[in-house]
Amino acid sequence: MSDALSYVYAVGRDLGDADLEGLAGAGVGEGDPRLVVAGGLQAVVGDVPREEFEALSLDDRLEDLGWLAATARAHHHVVDTIGSRRTIAPLSLATVYFDDDRVRTLLTDGAAAFTAVLDRLEGRAEWGVKVSMRSGGGREQPGTERPKTGAEYLRSRRQALREGDQAVARAEADAEEIDEAVRALAVASRRHRPQEQSLTGRSERMVLNGAYLVDAGAAGQLTSLVGSWSEHPRVRVELTGPWVPYSFAALEGTS
Amino acid sequence: MSDPVRWTGSMPATRQQQQAASPQPRNSGTDLADILERVLDKGIVIAGDIQINLLDIELLTIKLRLVVASVDRAKEMGIDWWERDPTLSSGHKELEEENRRLRERLETLERRGLPGSDEDDAELEGVPVDDDALEPADDEVEDAEVADDEPDDEPDDGVEAEDEPDEARARRGNGARRSAPRRRPARRTEGRR
Repeated sequence: MSDALSYVYAVGRDLGDADLEGLAGAGVGEGDPRLVVAGGLQAVVGDVPREEFEALSLDDRLEDLGWLAATARAHHHVVDTIGSRRTIAPLSLATVYFDDDRVRTLLTDGAAAFTAVLDRLEGRAEWGVKVSMRSGGGREQPGTERPKTGAEYLRSRRQALREGDQAVARAEADAEEIDEAVRALAVASRRHRPQEQSLTGRSERMVLNGAYLVDAGAAGQLTSLVGSWSEHPRVRVELTGPWVPYSFAALEGTS
Repeated sequence: MSDPVRWTGSMPATRQQQQAASPQPRNSGTDLADILERVLDKGIVIAGDIQINLLDIELLTIKLRLVVASVDRAKEMGIDWWERDPTLSSGHKELEEENRRLRERLETLERRGLPGSDEDDAELEGVPVDDDALEPADDEVEDAEVADDEPDDEPDDGVEAEDEPDEARARRGNGARRSAPRRRPARRTEGRR
């Protein structure tokens, strides 16, 4: 055991071994996810190799995208699988302790804070709403004539930028309305940084990347609301989820 | 279910969703980015026994960019927002740095009053020098492209011949070091205008 560290995925209060079903071999390290119990709470924990997670080597590894992607997926897989069965508070990636005793101390010392988070997340899920400009929507046709002079070029360039700005401004206004409508169904909301076009693989610019904490009972309303924008002339609205409420799991007193 | 590929499709239906009997939304190909933006700096953040500063996703992504050989790979993962942040854009930084160096160089030369021949080297031999090499540092260097330009031999107005050797070497040195995309000025007198 001294060669292993205890990696904590999430904390719950009504977890049983049955909730870990199907997760054998799916964890971040070699160790299968298991429960560590203390103070009326359960932590979902898995053994990870010490050398892989020692401070220095981990810093290096975080710069290894392949490792980061695999770890993030494994972490998310465990959290999401259990989160689809029970209410859990997910921990952020790579929270590791020397051993299970340290995890028990964490549960005991943090019991009140964890309970507060679990109360907030109970019966709710996080949904993502991403709004992007439709390509070509409201965009001017590019001039076919080549500018003959520098001044002409600059003029057309300024014009293009201005029209582009206006299209962006319109889409941002649309996004505000959409955000407002979704927030009316949500108990909390957060905004993430809009994702880059190169990442989405589309030429469309993202103008809203919102996360919303929604009661289970309102999920149907949310999906129909988002569906009602499927023909929106200027923006494309995408719904992701339900997610385990990562974006709403901050402990009190932190952000 | 343990196949990681499963994540590129759609999220599994959850209890809530089943209850709501709502249509299952599709995640597009961006889900790794969606995952990363949540697991990296969201969730409950507690200091573990091994200190890992994952709070600072911005710093992490900068480091990623510096280290990752293939930026395209980073882009696939969506870790490329820095490209929109001008303060992080290496292009700007390089230009500023270039300008600063040229200005310092010029000040030194002016203060010294000249003969920059104290560091002759073979490389200078045969390098035609003209005032254009010097000008950029003078009037607000607008663009580092002057540093990339081969000195040309077109003689020009008001050359201070004494400054030539140093400046020319500086230019060449910079040109060799720089990896920024080179843009050729339309006209060789770019810096002077």
